[in-house]
Amino acid sequence: MNKQMTAAQVVAQLKDGMTIGIGGWGPRRKPMALVREILRSSLKDLTIVSYGGADVGMLCAAGRVKKVVFAFVSLDFIPLEPYFRQARQSGAIEVMEIDEGMMLLGLRAASWGIPFIPTEVGLGTDVINKNPDIHVIDSPYDDKEWVAMPALQLDVSLIHADRADARGVCQIAGPDFYMDDWFARAATQTFVSCDELVATEFFHDPTQARMVHWERSVTTGVVHIPGGAHPSSCSPLYGFDVPHFKAYVASAKDEAGIQGYFDQYLGASEEEYQNNVGGLDAIRTIELPTY
Amino acid sequence: MTAATDYTLAELCIVAASKAFADEGEVLATGIGVIPRLAASLAMKTCNTDLMMTDSEAWMLSEPNPIGKRPADFVPAIESWMGFSRIFDNVWSGKRHAMLGPTQIDKYGQSNTSALGGTYEKPKTMMLGARGFPGNSISHPNSFFVPEHNSRVFMDGECDFVSSIGYNPARLPKGHKLDDVDIRLVITNLCVMDFGGPDHQIRLVSLHPGVTVEQVQENTGYPVHVAGSVPTTEAPTREQLDIIAALDPHNQRAQQIRDNPPGNPT
Repeated sequence: MNKQMTAAQVVAQLKDGMTIGIGGWGPRRKPMALVREILRSSLKDLTIVSYGGADVGMLCAAGRVKKVVFAFVSLDFIPLEPYFRQARQSGAIEVMEIDEGMMLLGLRAASWGIPFIPTEVGLGTDVINKNPDIHVIDSPYDDKEWVAMPALQLDVSLIHADRADARGVCQIAGPDFYMDDWFARAATQTFVSCDELVATEFFHDPTQARMVHWERSVTTGVVHIPGGAHPSSCSPLYGFDVPHFKAYVASAKDEAGIQGYFDQYLGASEEEYQNNVGGLDAIRTIELPTY
Repeated sequence: MTAATDYTLAELCIVAASKAFADEGEVLATGIGVIPRLAASLAMKTCNTDLMMTDSEAWMLSEPNPIGKRPADFVPAIESWMGFSRIFDNVWSGKRHAMLGPTQIDKYGQSNTSALGGTYEKPKTMMLGARGFPGNSISHPNSFFVPEHNSRVFMDGECDFVSSIGYNPARLPKGHKLDDVDIRLVITNLCVMDFGGPDHQIRLVSLHPGVTVEQVQENTGYPVHVAGSVPTTEAPTREQLDIIAALDPHNQRAQQIRDNPPGNPT
C-alpha cells in the first residue's frame, strides 16, 4: 500500500472540532510543516493534545484552538511560550492541565481501548481539583483512592520522523522518540511527515529497523517534507533554530503580533516558508543543542 | 579535606544541596537547573557514587557530563538509553530523587509551577504548567532549590495552583498518610530548611554564613520552626570546589544567584 500524500491532502482529511495529538516535545521534533499547513487552512475549534512548544503557541495565536490538553508548553531554552501565555491569560482557550506522565497514561489507555488507567499521579494537586472530567475512584483491591486517568482519544495524530518508507514504516533516529509511539497508537488516523523517504530495503538492516517504534498499520499517511520539523529540531539531522525562535518570541511583543510573524515567514507553501527562513540547506546545518 | 575560605554563595549552595542525595543509594538523581544539576553531579562524584544520572536528554551516564558546550572530541560516559517514556517507569517505581525550583512553595510544602493569580480559566500570569510535579511529588523524594529566598516564593496562604502534593491534611488522599509525602531539603540563597518541624512544619536546618534567623523569617511568609541554636552551613572543601569547577567549566554557576555574592561575606 502506498501511503504517500501531500501536506495539503493531510489537512483535507481534518475537520473543525477534531482532537489532534501532536508528537515531539517542546522545541524538539515537532511536525511543524503539517502545523503550518493547518495554519494555511481554515480549520478551527481544534482540541490539541501535546507536549507543547511553538506548535501549540502558533495554533492558539491563529485562533484555531478550542482547548489544549497539556502538562507544559515551552521552548526549553526560552521556558515560557509567549503565544500560549497570551491565549491562557486572555481566557481564549479551554484547558485540561495534567502531569506529563498522566498524558502518557491517557494516550496508552486510548491506544489499548480502555476507558482509564489508575494512577497515584495527580492526587492532592490541582490537576485533579481543577479538572472535573478527571475522576478519583476507589480501588477494588485496597483502601486507597486512585486517579482514573481517562483515555485521551485522538481523531488524528501528527508526527515528524527522520525517515519513512511509502508503506508507513517510520524511523525516529534521534536519541528519543518521546511519546510518539503512543500518539500514533492513540489516534484513529496518524499522519507522519519525514525528512527522508527511503526504500523498504533500508530497514533490512536491523540497526535501522531497531529505530522503528510502531508497526506500519498504525501509520495512515506519509508526507515527505525535508526540513519539515523546522524551527524545531530533528536530531541527528538538525537542531532547533535558536535565532528563529527568538524572533518568534519577540514577535509576541510587536503590535503586529503573530500576523507579523506569519506575514514574514509562513508563505503560501512549505517551499515559500523554507525560502523565507534561509532555505533547506541552512536548516540542515543548524547545530544540535547541548544539554 | 581542607575547608575553603574563598567560595561563592552558589558553590556553598551546590555543596549543601549535594547532601540531599548522599544517603539515597542507587536512585536516579535529577537536578533541573544549573545549581541542582551540579549538586547531583557533585554527589555522584563524592558522597554517593551509586547515584544514576542522565545527560538531560535520553542517555543514562556513568559519569556526569560537564555543563554547557563541550569539546568536539568529548565522549559522554553513556551506559544505557533513558528516554522520557522510561523516565516515567523510573519515577513511578520511586527510585528517584529530583531537585527543582518551583515559583511558589507554601507552608505545606506544596509547590506551584503553573500559574499565578486569576483563575484556572484565565490566569493572570501563565507559567510552565504542572510539568512532572504531580507525579514526582507522590512517587519519590524531592528537594527544592530557591535562588532568591523571599515571601513571594515562600508565600502566605496556599499556592495559587498546587502543582505538587505536600503536607496539607485537607488535601490528603484517602488511604494515604502525610508521611507518604517525602520532601527533603529546601536550599536557598539564605539557608537550608526541611519539613521536619512539628506536624511537618518547615524547619531551619542551617544558616549560610552571615545570615540571621530573623532574616530568614522576614523573607518567609509563614513561621519557620527553629530548634535551639542553628548551625552554619558547612563550607565547601577545596576538593569539592575543584570538582565543581571541572563540572562547570564555563562558570554558569556564577549566573544563578543575583550578583554572584561570596559564600562567606566576612
